[in-house]
Amino acid sequence: MKTPIYLDNHATTRCDPRVVEAMLPYLTEVYGNAGSRNHAFGWAAQAGVEKARGQVAELIGADEKEIVFTSGATESDNLAVLGVARFYKEKGRHLITSNIEHKAVLDTCHALEKEGFEVTYLEVDKDGLLTAAQVEAAIRPDTILCSIMHANNEVGVVQPITEIGAVCRAHGVIFHTDAVQSLGRIPVDVASMNVDLLSLSAHKMYGPKGVGALYVRRGRPRIRLEPIVFGGGQERGLRSGTHAVHQIVGMGAAAELAREALTNGEVDRVRSLRDRLWTGLQANMDELYLNGSWEHRLPHNLNVSFAFCEGEAMMMAIKDLAVSSGSACTSASLEPSYVLRAMGVDVELAHTSIRFGIGRFNTEEEIDYAIRLVTEKVGWLRDMSPLYELVKEGVDLKSIQWTAH
Amino acid sequence: MAYSNKVVDHYENPRNVGSMDKNAEDVGTGLVGAPACGDVMKLQLKISDDGIIEDAKFKTFGCGSAIASSSLVTEMVKGKTIEYAMGIENSQIAEELKLPPVKIHCSVLAEDAIKAAIADYQKKRAAKAASAAS
Repeated sequence: MKTPIYLDNHATTRCDPRVVEAMLPYLTEVYGNAGSRNHAFGWAAQAGVEKARGQVAELIGADEKEIVFTSGATESDNLAVLGVARFYKEKGRHLITSNIEHKAVLDTCHALEKEGFEVTYLEVDKDGLLTAAQVEAAIRPDTILCSIMHANNEVGVVQPITEIGAVCRAHGVIFHTDAVQSLGRIPVDVASMNVDLLSLSAHKMYGPKGVGALYVRRGRPRIRLEPIVFGGGQERGLRSGTHAVHQIVGMGAAAELAREALTNGEVDRVRSLRDRLWTGLQANMDELYLNGSWEHRLPHNLNVSFAFCEGEAMMMAIKDLAVSSGSACTSASLEPSYVLRAMGVDVELAHTSIRFGIGRFNTEEEIDYAIRLVTEKVGWLRDMSPLYELVKEGVDLKSIQWTAH
Repeated sequence: MAYSNKVVDHYENPRNVGSMDKNAEDVGTGLVGAPACGDVMKLQLKISDDGIIEDAKFKTFGCGSAIASSSLVTEMVKGKTIEYAMGIENSQIAEELKLPPVKIHCSVLAEDAIKAAIADYQKKRAAKAASAAS
């Protein structure tokens, strides 16, 4: 077993060797521009791009003509939200989203507010969940777009997208979802989920970084977008710029593997590793708090607050494990995770949260090592924690007059 | 966070972790910070009648640099006078540990902990003197 062990598969995933294999010829022999329509080099590159388009479309039950390749899901989110808002602005200037969306959606909404749009930020409950009824109540005559993520990147909570999509469809509101975290972990089908726009990323599903896609519905209803990048008119004018052929080919290969992962036992194996980790940790220590719904959750996510162990100190203590924390000390803003805060998690507990993201390449041996290491280090940090000492003495921490700084 | 070797050393091998009897007359306890801010330090100083800090113990909830800052101050004050300890400034701690700018508040907290512990000790002394005089 090699250390450090990678357990941060929500941040990114290792590029699958089979994906790399598929990409390599497109960096060596097939180097044409997919837009060169009049020679063999261009045709070969275009064939690679179109094969990938089909593979990506199949993963989400779409038609290949509905796939627009981008530089990644951030661009896809930007294109979806800005593109709809600017195209349909004469119809209305109201948008709906949630307070736990990825910054690629939230900050785009903030930018639109400066352009005169109004945005409703729906609040999730303590489990991190929204309801279709909340969305319906927020819809106004001038609402043009609703953007709700399929699954959250921090707590892995899966929203009732099918129901939300149905409500949007019934009211004529365009529905966008960011499905970056859920692809290859749970089924994603744009038809049954009533989705009009859907963002995808390659590197969260064992593909290369720097490439993503946006699904744009073409029929019943047909969704129109104003582009945000202008130039050569590639991707039917929605995304100008020379195709990153090798990246796109890699995304296609990754999409095919992601589709297989749902039925070949991979997802079940990852889920059982995640369950093993959670059961193991709970058996070894007290004062653990699960963040987010357990029932409506991605199979590879575990987000736990280890009370009395500050997150950054924890990550230093378990440096053989690559994880992530909602602690303020790990963020540039020095604020604890806005997602946990939106769920109403106590700031104290938000500081102690650790996110584990299990992946395709993790083993049972690694999980058992993680359980042992975390158990040992939580004990060490709690022995050093004045808060744990006070609680063990029977003091209620809320009764102390703390000096904020 | 890329920390200096000194922070990592104090974090991985913290000096003087522990607790003393907070009710003892010769022990001053400082509890500073707030759980909501992500760091709380408890510093305890055992002080002789002639004002020498004979022992120092800490417990800290906080990031690596908060733990390192508290560990460092226990070393800095041990065997020193109250006057010396009161004169320690956060900049000395930050400089010694080469703290990055976003972590300066950890050194401020450590300085506050020293002052709070000594204040607690002096309050106990004053109360004792008052009860002896009455």
